[in-house]
Amino acid sequence: MSTGWLSRLLSHDLPRSRVLALVLAVIVIALALTPFIFPSTKALNVAAKIIVFIVLVASFDLLLGYTGIVSFAQTMFFGIGAYGVAIASTRFGPTWTSVAGGIGAALVVSLVLSLVIGLFSLRVRAIFFAMITLAVASAFATLASQISDITGGEDGLTFKVPPALQPGTEYTAEPFLGADIDGRFVTYYLIFVVAALLVLALLRIVNSPFGRVLQAIRENDFRAEAIGYRTVVYRTIASVASALFATLAGVLLALWLRYNGPDTTLSFEIMLDVLLIVVIGGMGTIYGAVIGSVLLVLAQNYLQELMKFAAAAAEGIPVLAQLVAPERWLLWLGILFVLSVYYFPSGVVGRLRAMRRGR
Amino acid sequence: MATAGSSSASTASTAATAATAATAAAAAEPVPEARFDWIPLALVAGLALAGWPLVGSTSTWLTLTVAGLAMGMIIFIIASGLTLVFGLMDVLNFGHGVFIAIGAYLAVSVFAGLGDWVTSESVLRNLALIGLAMLAGAVVAGIAGVVFERLLVRPVYGQHLKQILITMGGLIIGEELIKVVWGPAPIAFELPAALRGVFTFGDAAVEKFRLLAAGIGLVVLLGLLAVLNRTKLGLLIRAGVQDREMVESLGYRIRRLFVGVFVAGSALAGIGGALWAINQHGVTPQIGASVNVLIFIVIIIGGLGSTTGCFVGALLVGLMANYTGFVAPKVAMFSNIGLMVAILLWRPQGLYPVSNR
Repeated sequence: MSTGWLSRLLSHDLPRSRVLALVLAVIVIALALTPFIFPSTKALNVAAKIIVFIVLVASFDLLLGYTGIVSFAQTMFFGIGAYGVAIASTRFGPTWTSVAGGIGAALVVSLVLSLVIGLFSLRVRAIFFAMITLAVASAFATLASQISDITGGEDGLTFKVPPALQPGTEYTAEPFLGADIDGRFVTYYLIFVVAALLVLALLRIVNSPFGRVLQAIRENDFRAEAIGYRTVVYRTIASVASALFATLAGVLLALWLRYNGPDTTLSFEIMLDVLLIVVIGGMGTIYGAVIGSVLLVLAQNYLQELMKFAAAAAEGIPVLAQLVAPERWLLWLGILFVLSVYYFPSGVVGRLRAMRRGR
Repeated sequence: MATAGSSSASTASTAATAATAATAAAAAEPVPEARFDWIPLALVAGLALAGWPLVGSTSTWLTLTVAGLAMGMIIFIIASGLTLVFGLMDVLNFGHGVFIAIGAYLAVSVFAGLGDWVTSESVLRNLALIGLAMLAGAVVAGIAGVVFERLLVRPVYGQHLKQILITMGGLIIGEELIKVVWGPAPIAFELPAALRGVFTFGDAAVEKFRLLAAGIGLVVLLGLLAVLNRTKLGLLIRAGVQDREMVESLGYRIRRLFVGVFVAGSALAGIGGALWAINQHGVTPQIGASVNVLIFIVIIIGGLGSTTGCFVGALLVGLMANYTGFVAPKVAMFSNIGLMVAILLWRPQGLYPVSNR
């Protein structure tokens, strides 16, 4: 069967719903062909952001969905990755060596930080983790905007990527099938391939024996401990792995944007986006990250335009105009978040799978 | 049959005798009292003393210490409700910041509404103004607490994961609604005329309002301690924190008690928020989220569910924040996290661990 290799590639964790499989296939194909189908700059930016978010959210799903612990520091590791590349490229010039050095340094920082946080908070109670990550992440965001000689402060860092990825580098004189084969094109596919590999690696992790133990801990940590699994160790490893994947997602974002600042990677708003995507997509499924990221990033980029229209239409009506203003986007996001945790806890993926089982 | 009956009767009578003997013995000896753990309190004094050489000048040190104690008192008022809510029902409320923000913004509105009381030189009017601001904050935050408990906390009792997510969502919604009502820009406001300026002790300048805030904090602390230690309600709350099921099986409705504590905690957070805003001379919509971080550190340091621990933790955090804010402002936030780490290394359950947790 031709599905044999596909099943192996997906670690035998298939979508288990025909609709879901179809939607996922459409998303992957659309993302793979974006430079040819939608060659506009905005479309490419949106697609790249979706890809980066898929990795970031999938890494968070390992923690929230599979291990059942809440972290508010995912964006901190995301930011460490992005700052690693940004700082190294600014300091040591736009070469592959400095990119690699930046990635290495960022991974080490994330590893140490997540290990320390994990050992400290998970040793006592898993719910400490949520509070401590919140505290550390907010302290880190403050620090990043204050040490401006290194991080560029509030303005952030604009830097050059290696020449092979620069937009000015043309590989062919003529556009190929409507797409310019330039540095941006190469960057896009670099991000696409790396992101695909990372998501497949995460699928492998959650479907390994290690992943099964994580799920056992999520369902009943007391029982898992009684069977003989050291829950602290497993939870800590999960949080470290999740942090490393988030760091790599940050690296991808920095390479695409050629810029990094506190609002791009460290802000709490992004953490909220990640939480919302995981919940809407479906916790503990990895595939939920794909669906959720597409929905949210598209909504963010195109629905806010709609809110601008609505705000213009509602101008003069005192409270309503305030409520539909694009700046109040976060209000609706928050309400959507609470409603989905209540009424939609298994997310899109869970619903689609349940539909199939119901039949 | 008969032998079995008599033997069981005799066992019962022996048991009864043993019980009487035990009661008699217990009556003879004084009830063993739990010894109060002084070490954490000594830690506060130790931190204050350690700050002295670091800060350098005695007068600055005194100013910072008073500011730190005032800040600690305000943090305690805010955090006490949160720690009790957790202790009583195992509910971790990430949305506590909403009540702080409500208190702070109502203080803004009260100050704006009674503008001539702010500029008035009369101390009495100034104090009444602050009292009104606190009252308004407490009432509205309390009402918000009722709504919050009913809509967001009650449906997810016993599910930590959902609790954290939902209450965090509540914080975001609350913050945004505040932006809708009061606008997204930071609002600065002035202290009442009579409370501006400083008292000077020798070289040291101590801001008047800081002293007042510390005083109000002390009053709230004493009130809280009186309720918790001298009333039946307080007895039930303390018993509930120790062992919820036992209190329930004795016939008390712990749910109702919990709602009461939740609302009272929200009202206290409202009072604290008003004081915090006045102390900082201004408010931003993010006030709730930023103070939230501090109070989490405080209740972890103190031991989740412990009121005394919360008090000591708040003082430690307040002092630490002021000393490092002066000595090394860039790492001020990390100093509190460092403090927490150090204390968790020493006592993993916090300064005053609540049994049964």
